[in-house]
Amino acid sequence: MATLFLDDGLLAVARQAAGKIVSDVIEEIDNYTTTAVERAVLRLLGVEGVDAEGIPRVNVIVDDLLKRGVLGGGAARWLANAHLAMGVPVGEVGRRAVNIEIDLLAIPPANGEKLRDRLLDLAAGGLAAIDKTREKRWELLSRLGKSSEPLRYVIVATGNIREDVVQARAAARQGADVIAVIRHTAQSLLDFVPADGSIDGVGGTIANRQNFRIMRRALDEISEEQGRYIFLTNYCSGLCMPEIAVLGALERLDIMLNDSMYGIIFRDINMVRTFIDQHFSRSILAYSGIIINTGEDNYLTTADAFEEAHTVLASQFINEQFALRSGLKPWQIGLGHAFEISPQVEDSFLYELAQAQLIRQIFPESPVKYMPPTKHMSGNIFQANVQDALFNAVSVMTGQSVHLLGMTTEAVHTPHLQDRYLSLINTDYVFRALKHLGEEIEFVPGGRIEQRARKVLSDAVNMLEEIAELGLAKAISAAMFADISRAPDGGKGLPGVIRKGEDYCNPFMQLLHNGRERL
Amino acid sequence: MSREPNNVLPYGDAPADGIVQVSFTLPVPSGEKTRHAALLLIRNMGLEDVSIALMEPIDSSFTYFIAYGRVCTAVNYATIEVEEQPYKIMKPDSIDEFIRREFGRKLTVVGACIGSDAHTVGIDAILNMKGYNRHKGLESYREIRIINMGAQVSCEDLLAKTREENADALLISQIVTHKGIHIKNLTKMIKILKAERLKEKLVLIVGGPGITAELARDLGYDAGFGRGTYPEQVASFLVQELARQNGARGND
Repeated sequence: MATLFLDDGLLAVARQAAGKIVSDVIEEIDNYTTTAVERAVLRLLGVEGVDAEGIPRVNVIVDDLLKRGVLGGGAARWLANAHLAMGVPVGEVGRRAVNIEIDLLAIPPANGEKLRDRLLDLAAGGLAAIDKTREKRWELLSRLGKSSEPLRYVIVATGNIREDVVQARAAARQGADVIAVIRHTAQSLLDFVPADGSIDGVGGTIANRQNFRIMRRALDEISEEQGRYIFLTNYCSGLCMPEIAVLGALERLDIMLNDSMYGIIFRDINMVRTFIDQHFSRSILAYSGIIINTGEDNYLTTADAFEEAHTVLASQFINEQFALRSGLKPWQIGLGHAFEISPQVEDSFLYELAQAQLIRQIFPESPVKYMPPTKHMSGNIFQANVQDALFNAVSVMTGQSVHLLGMTTEAVHTPHLQDRYLSLINTDYVFRALKHLGEEIEFVPGGRIEQRARKVLSDAVNMLEEIAELGLAKAISAAMFADISRAPDGGKGLPGVIRKGEDYCNPFMQLLHNGRERL
Repeated sequence: MSREPNNVLPYGDAPADGIVQVSFTLPVPSGEKTRHAALLLIRNMGLEDVSIALMEPIDSSFTYFIAYGRVCTAVNYATIEVEEQPYKIMKPDSIDEFIRREFGRKLTVVGACIGSDAHTVGIDAILNMKGYNRHKGLESYREIRIINMGAQVSCEDLLAKTREENADALLISQIVTHKGIHIKNLTKMIKILKAERLKEKLVLIVGGPGITAELARDLGYDAGFGRGTYPEQVASFLVQELARQNGARGND
């Protein structure tokens, strides 16, 4: 493979700076939990279903504990205590609490040691359910295998899960390897997971356990038929990020979109809330063997892809460090970037090649996700097909791992069945025709491509050092990412950030990060 | 200017040959029967001399077509009358450019959902970076500074913020229209703005699924935007209206 000569020393400096940035955040957030984390814990302990008004039981319970000022101890302990006293499963305790048949706070507290042991047993039971789905994935992957990289990733966005299935099936038969189901518009701003039963959404499909399961089952069938494993993707972002992580882990999602800063910057979700939710989510995703996709491509849909390329790289270093701290392995950290330099720029293809190669080399184990041109798509679908072909060329030449297919009708409508088809034949052609080109070329030492890559790297290092000095919160406030400023005490979801009490217990985080030993 | 033509037809390879291309997918397996079905459909569109350039199976149950045909009925170009839009819809880059050129400074826009209305989905779709349906929100414009106050903002708080930030425009969202509550809220707000002599100094925009341009103007606002509005529509109006008002005031 053609390689760029990069300064290893500079890479070490970048990772050190990113490590410091992330350590400072983790230290800060360790004092807090969130309503969403506590709801996720309850879900993993088996609390499901909704109350008479259709509100998820986990919301009813957590909101009640918050109102009564005892959420700082963690929600799990109250349910585990009742479960010990009553001898019924935690899910049943949840049902009775929501129906006001029992008052969780009125049940005499069990012996501390006994409660702690039972919490860890219950959590181990919750994780065992995730073990099962993880093992099932490995079984299918080893039996059926998967396509060679770059994997072809397509989106379905019909707004109806049954219709999503029809389109996903057609796409898989045409050669798609990864199916992403687009979510209902602004679901990320809902502070609850919509109950099972709703199948229609606007602009996308409601993400909930039932819809995850319907698509998983369909893709399993098509995987068997096609003799290769088809990956399922959804979003693990927004105010319910931790709960979605749990549901994705239980229903065998394979890839989840999960960025350390996306919600803060693009959705104006409070940054403290985001960092806490993200840490727990990523801990669950790590355990479940799910691959995350980070969202750096989004910066380039607003900021200029040529001028701001280094912010993408800087963010990737930060995302990587956050991910490692949550327990994700390098093979699970799918860093994102995009082909978004203006087609008007001379040598834009060279600069795209430089960026893609740079990222491939710096993160060799990452299942890097490469996003197609969207910003400079005009509605000229024929020209768009050419832009997509160049994008495909960069992807195969530099060995990107997950390749999101460009659509000729970008900026016109959500993809029609034939748009996906045309994109897949374009992609197949370019991947086949250029399959070994990357092995047959070298970059001119000190040439345009290498110089560009080095410039992006050195700018990223400078940016990381500056952020390490400032702290991430201040850097975000100073609009260092995507030109947008967010304050630490602003944004949505801040009321759901709760200071942990001394008696706080999250048995899952305990097991995932420290094992059974006492802290 | 030369006289406008009476009859206009597509130009393929010769004047007025009327040739157009169509492409579509049929939800049936490919084959002669399906080719014939496609042919009939294209004739249903009013095309003649149809030639099917491509019939290709997408999979076992869908078939893709590219075809050409001839439009025979021309339109009389000379007699077409189009109502000029009161303002021009611009692309985000052009809007930023317009602001730099017309105002030479960043504009400040304060947005809020007033009254008891707790829905931020509308104001967020227009203001948030993320935007709506891949149309980026006003936060993504370099030359516009956004203060999004969110939901359940009182008229008094909105007024205070408007003064504090020296806003150029207010964006007010009203989703809930039950028992005309949105009209009560919007009327209260306009009264306050009038009393404070701010009404004429700001571009006042209302948005929401139950809002029409007419309703907004009747209540004293500069514009109203309903369902399916994209951020650049709002921004286009905002900058052009502000430029117009500045011009009317003799600029400042």
